[in-house]
Amino acid sequence: MTKVYVSSVIPAPAAEVWKLIRNFNGLPSWAPFVAESRIEQNAQPDQIGCIRNFVLRDGGRIRERLLALSDYDLSCSYAILESPMAVENYVATLSLTPITDGNLTLAEWQAEFDCAPDREASLMQQIGNGVFQTALTALKHQFGR
Amino acid sequence: MVKVCQSTIIDAPVDEVWAILRDFNGHDRWHPAIAFSEIEGGEPVDAVGSVRHFRLNDGGELREQLLALSDRDLRLSYCLLEAPLPLMGYVASLRLKPVTDGNATFWEWRSEFHPPAHRREELVRLVAEGIYQAGFTAVRDLLRRNGNTRLETRRSPVVAATIPSAGSPPVALAVAPNQAATTRAIVVERYGGPEELRLRDIALPPPAPNEVRIRHTVIGVNFIDVYCRTGFFDLLRPPGVPGMEAAGVIEAVGSAVSGFAAGDRVAYACPPVGAYSEARNMAPDLLVRLSDDISDEIAAAGLLKGVTASFLLHDVHAVKPGDIVLIHAAAGGIGQLLVQWARHVGATVIATVSSDDKARIVERLGAHHVIVYSRENFADVVMRVTGGRGAGVVYDAVGNDTFAGSLACLAVRGHLVSFGQASGPVGNWDIGRFASKSITVSRPNYAHYTDTPEKLGTHVVRFFQALRQGAVRVEAPTRYDLADAADAHRDLEARRTTGALVLVPKP
Repeated sequence: MTKVYVSSVIPAPAAEVWKLIRNFNGLPSWAPFVAESRIEQNAQPDQIGCIRNFVLRDGGRIRERLLALSDYDLSCSYAILESPMAVENYVATLSLTPITDGNLTLAEWQAEFDCAPDREASLMQQIGNGVFQTALTALKHQFGR
Repeated sequence: MVKVCQSTIIDAPVDEVWAILRDFNGHDRWHPAIAFSEIEGGEPVDAVGSVRHFRLNDGGELREQLLALSDRDLRLSYCLLEAPLPLMGYVASLRLKPVTDGNATFWEWRSEFHPPAHRREELVRLVAEGIYQAGFTAVRDLLRRNGNTRLETRRSPVVAATIPSAGSPPVALAVAPNQAATTRAIVVERYGGPEELRLRDIALPPPAPNEVRIRHTVIGVNFIDVYCRTGFFDLLRPPGVPGMEAAGVIEAVGSAVSGFAAGDRVAYACPPVGAYSEARNMAPDLLVRLSDDISDEIAAAGLLKGVTASFLLHDVHAVKPGDIVLIHAAAGGIGQLLVQWARHVGATVIATVSSDDKARIVERLGAHHVIVYSRENFADVVMRVTGGRGAGVVYDAVGNDTFAGSLACLAVRGHLVSFGQASGPVGNWDIGRFASKSITVSRPNYAHYTDTPEKLGTHVVRFFQALRQGAVRVEAPTRYDLADAADAHRDLEARRTTGALVLVPKP
């Protein structure tokens, strides 16, 4: 089991950041590498079990199932069903925590997955840096910094 | 039951912060409220169930028991067993998380307890601010003292007299028997409350070649001294002598100093700290000569505030006849000068104050409209008395409580001069919104207007001229014995004062 953990401080109140994160179909509005997204079967994006089907700017397609969404804990968990990355049992959680000092937000993004041992280092780099940190940096800029 | 939760970001790696917080008995080394702590029965400090017994600076004693400690989750929980306050059923936990982006630390401190209903608010504030927020600040300070230099850059300039670090020389506390020259001074041995201001004998060596020795006659008290005492600014590093404003007489001159001689009357308002003393050595670059018609008391009470008022009214914003000027905290030291001076220039002066007594003072100084902001929404009043036009310039050192209102009552192309934050930081603002009125915001820093003899001289001349002409008056300050500096700070922080405070060494 491989784990990846990335966290950033987002310069906005948690409730505001959550409005964006909460939308399971909303990746194109803030994640720079996502070109378009739809929810399969005409489900609602906050329906647990719904599947988002999105296309990356490099053309890759990913399908992910919503496992948990909590408006109380400000967290969202999902599993990969199909992706160009050679990962199995991939489950990720994106969660927000208010920082009272300055009314900011701690955003944490973590994933666990299995993969071929010789692919582990490059996948950790690709997911931790290329995906999670890139998206959190974009989120920071979205809120003005 | 109430829940309190405070969290912050510490600009240091999570391991460094955890090493400090994990020590259940180490809080007396960093928390400003705690004087002494020990683990009962000699138990190991990381044994779950151990009890720490500690004493506060005010004498209160508490016992707390370690309930959980996790090096995996970076979490520590404890409960209160005995306390001088009714924090019934108090259980608290703190946890850390790494911020991988920037290698910093998220620190959350939370608790639950059952306060008596009539003390609920007071106790919640005590826990949130007096314990948790003060603890955040103290750990930042500790990390900085331990050599974590990254923290320096995050410190934001905060108040009117914000002065960039000009390291204060360490105080030689131990006086060797053969060292005859000593002076009495207020020494801060560690950051904390007014009680940390204690009168001590410290060494006073002969002045270095580039220094003069000044025997103080009157010493100015400013809010920045409070920030130095608490460690909010690092201009003072314990043990150190606070104070950045005084008047006195030159007593000795270093071999390389020209232009000053023993017997000269001088005053200053600048770093390094060290004014809370009977005598001190300092470089003479920013000393101001006093003419016979300026008394020591007025110089010590008014120099820093007068120079500040001078650059605020003439440089940061050049106030002209007919301008509409809004001045917050108008009964305070700088406020009183701004009101008189703006009025003298010919501006329409609107002033805000916190009480009716202060309103009467400000009316006497010549303000055209005085608003008691605890009773009326000052932004509404400003718009009403200006016929909807708003104020051309707002001088705001109150900060958090007034910033939004100040923006709201600015005229189109108005200028908000934010030069302090007595009520707390103003927070983050999206400057895009300022376009609705083409607003300018300034955040002036005292040093940038006064750090050379040329810059400072302009303001000193202008201020002394205004005093001589009667354009501004500095009311006689409230005097305290140097030994009672702690009382002066208590009164200043409790907003019990109007006008200036000074300390006077015993003759």
